[in-house]
Amino acid sequence: METKPRMLVILDVVTILLFATAVGMVFFYAPLEAVMGQVQRVFYFHVANAWVGMLGFMVAAIAGIAFLRKGDHKWDIVGLAAVEISLVFFFTAIVSGSIWARGSWGTWWTWDPRLTTAAICELVYAAYLMLRQGIEDPDRRARFGAVYAILGFISVPLTFMSIRIFRTIHPVVIGSGAAAAEGSFDMTPKMLQTFMFSLFTFSFIFADLLWHRIRLGKLAAKAESLRLKTLQ
Amino acid sequence: MQPLPQADKQLRATGSATGAGQFVRSLYAIIWKDLAAELRSRELLSAMLVFALLVILIFNFALELDAQARATVTAGVLWVTFAFAGTLGLNRSMAMEKDRGCLDGLLLAPVDRSAIYFGKAIGNLIFMFIVEAIVLPVYSVLYSVNLFNPGLLLVILLGSIGYVAVGTLLSSMAVQTRTRDVLLPILLFPLVIPVLIAAVKGSTGFLQGMDIIDIRPWLNLLVVYDVIFVAIAFMVFDYVVEE
Repeated sequence: METKPRMLVILDVVTILLFATAVGMVFFYAPLEAVMGQVQRVFYFHVANAWVGMLGFMVAAIAGIAFLRKGDHKWDIVGLAAVEISLVFFFTAIVSGSIWARGSWGTWWTWDPRLTTAAICELVYAAYLMLRQGIEDPDRRARFGAVYAILGFISVPLTFMSIRIFRTIHPVVIGSGAAAAEGSFDMTPKMLQTFMFSLFTFSFIFADLLWHRIRLGKLAAKAESLRLKTLQ
Repeated sequence: MQPLPQADKQLRATGSATGAGQFVRSLYAIIWKDLAAELRSRELLSAMLVFALLVILIFNFALELDAQARATVTAGVLWVTFAFAGTLGLNRSMAMEKDRGCLDGLLLAPVDRSAIYFGKAIGNLIFMFIVEAIVLPVYSVLYSVNLFNPGLLLVILLGSIGYVAVGTLLSSMAVQTRTRDVLLPILLFPLVIPVLIAAVKGSTGFLQGMDIIDIRPWLNLLVVYDVIFVAIAFMVFDYVVEE
């Protein structure tokens, strides 16, 4: 049984400290938004969650390509780890967005391009997990998982584009927003700092969880091979 | 000895044929095999057709398809019907290969793997076109809507290609899992949503006589989707059937 690597322990501590600081910044450092009030504070972690979600799906697609090219099972473990983490973070992004929307659009949900795409994205990766569950052979499971992760990552932007052709009301805080967007606002420097810090922190959380999950996956693979050896 | 020279001739013919010629011939053979099997059993097409008509009937009661509703939801009803019937066909066509061990035979045959993919995909596409060719006139008669619009047919052509390109790949994945029949729609629908949205919007545009400028984005999206997914499926199919 290998012990937890020292670097991982350090990363754990750094991540926890960063997260505590980020929470502090969101509540005490960032100024109160004039129009929306307190509910605007959801925004910092909402975008950070969505960012981790997208990052993970991208990692899964890249790991999928790497697995198909090299056939090394470590890439399969990375892909699964990324999808599992991202599903949770993306779901949190949807829920926190919903809370914000209730406060500023007055509804929990609208069929806006970003919201719809996010929902479909969750379904794609839920299907990914169901696909993996239905296959016993580890090699085939890894191949099919890789193929589906690649397909999903290509389809989701197309879904976004297709719904985007309708008009959107979701605010675009970074870059130019649509004229019809409701609930957009200009960030003060303090808000921008908090926002960037949240993104930074959540990237650390993602890296930390990914490392833990990959380690878990490797240990599970080892346990599985030991079990097979004893059965023989 | 009559068969021997013949076999020799055949061998020489294959040996001298170019890669493309070989590819087209194996493609043709696979499509012809699917069509011939279907012509004898007729189980796939009849199931797809009856199912499609049932879906339209259910929509009739569920949506109260009166004259006013028809103008706006016709495209949606048609595409849901095609998508559902298509899933049925895709599942059946791959399950047949798997159950009778035909897929192993196909894989053992000395043909390019992509020929198998394109053969199956074109076979599925033909079945889908047959179903559409029967559903469209039936719908036109039942609801007295004129569906013979070249633009609409173009959208149906592009949409079906995209749907079948992804569907064939995913169905060959789904049949190799434990939960096969249940899994295909779950895998397929979230991925083909761009096709369904663009197809429904494009069809509605043509049915309501909108300007081509308003319809063009949807057509572009369909073409982009078709190109991307045919290419990707072509690239990854090897890994899906590899044993």
